[in-house]
Amino acid sequence: MIIIQNINKKFSKLEVLKNVDLTCNKGECIALIGPNGCGKTTLIKAVLGMVLPDNGTIHFNEKSISNEYLYRNDIGYMPQIGRYPDTMTIGQIIEMIKIIRNSNEALDEDLIKAFELEKMFDKQMRTLSGGTTQKVSATIAFLFNPEVLILDEPTAGLDPLASEILKEKIIKEKEKGKLILITSHLLSELDDLVTEIIFMQDGEVHFHKKVATLLEETNESKISKAIASVLKQKKPETQNPKLETIS
Amino acid sequence: MNRIIKIILSDILKNKIVLAYTLILAILSWGSFSLEDNSSKGILTILNVILFTVPLVSILFATIYLYNSSEFIELLLSQPIKRVKIWMSLFIGLSSSMVISFFVGAGIPLLIFAPTAIGLMMLLVGSLITIVFVALAFLSSIITRDKAKGIGIAIMTWLYFALLFDGIVLFLLFQFSEYPIENAMVGITAFSPIDLARIQILLQLDVSAMMGYTGAIFKDFFGTSLGLFLSFLLLCLWAIIPYFISLWKFKNKDL
Repeated sequence: MIIIQNINKKFSKLEVLKNVDLTCNKGECIALIGPNGCGKTTLIKAVLGMVLPDNGTIHFNEKSISNEYLYRNDIGYMPQIGRYPDTMTIGQIIEMIKIIRNSNEALDEDLIKAFELEKMFDKQMRTLSGGTTQKVSATIAFLFNPEVLILDEPTAGLDPLASEILKEKIIKEKEKGKLILITSHLLSELDDLVTEIIFMQDGEVHFHKKVATLLEETNESKISKAIASVLKQKKPETQNPKLETIS
Repeated sequence: MNRIIKIILSDILKNKIVLAYTLILAILSWGSFSLEDNSSKGILTILNVILFTVPLVSILFATIYLYNSSEFIELLLSQPIKRVKIWMSLFIGLSSSMVISFFVGAGIPLLIFAPTAIGLMMLLVGSLITIVFVALAFLSSIITRDKAKGIGIAIMTWLYFALLFDGIVLFLLFQFSEYPIENAMVGITAFSPIDLARIQILLQLDVSAMMGYTGAIFKDFFGTSLGLFLSFLLLCLWAIIPYFISLWKFKNKDL
């Protein structure tokens, strides 16, 4: 469904993505993990066409996405930090997105109900807490029943109750056979969600494996432990200062 | 496209600054027409007001609005909308709202007190100047991500065209007064949209007789229909070129 070939991206001198090759298929629930600053968000933004890669191609449903925009009809995107016009209210934002999308299909308003956003419809975006903003982002991502869901740190900032609601929603959508891409640092949360894991480091894809194979290879039962043991085996020479202090 | 323009337009028209701008323009125009006994003098006063405030407000408001809508642009980009469409909607929304407030503020008194060709031309030139400076605002806001820098560039641009350019022209005039530079002066005006607008209007008024020999040369060029057409074309280019440079930059921008 999404085929990424040989993507490179430099922000002035910093190489954020180096020769990234990935294939994501329908029905998969993929976790994109890796240390801070390894290029996860940049990769996601490249798929969305917000960041334009220096070279390489991205295909969505067998079509190149360069200079295309209609393919975004099939993507629901939940950003890491949702930024919305300050003076608009929650209701106005959701209404505006509906007008922009102009979709005739039935809307998926489960999350509006589950998060009880209706009560806060006339609250301005600037008065919202980080968690509530995340709830709005999640609602918008799921609203149009997209085939692909791209969730950048979906549960960061959500309270346990809300993050449980969101997780249930993700599982429900996964069962419908949608492609779901999640980036997260909370490995423990991914256990019952994901089917595949992509591990990125310093802008490169370290490995892309099925969860089952990964667990088998490392003889572990939890994703977090499996990742830890992979990292121990490899002892990566990293340029990422944050990771250096860890290892 | 219309849906996005509608959202932007309703957002801008709700803005109190635009309302204040309309009011100020209205007060200045009504005031100068009621104070002067003949409409030609009134037009001259309004001309100076328009050539000073309209560019300043257009470029500053548009630049600040663009920086403040960076979140909105980001939100739109993750939706199925072309980049060109987003930028164009912003441009149409901003320039039309500024033109509307110019029309309401200065246009109505102009049409009432000076319903002549000159009055109509003032309206046209004022609207064009508005669009030119909105386009320049688009350029200055895409050049840098830093809001303070971008607004600084916008103010500098205005200062340059409203004050410095005239100074430079005067300086050149005095330095080269020994040489036959009248024709070159006509060419130099093309480098400032405000001067283009000013000369277009001045030459339609009787006061152009007082501008001496250079005035005669100007009259020779701008007085003809070809000259008038060319100078309008130049004004349009002043809007089109900065806008398209900014559009090209926006298309290749990482957000």
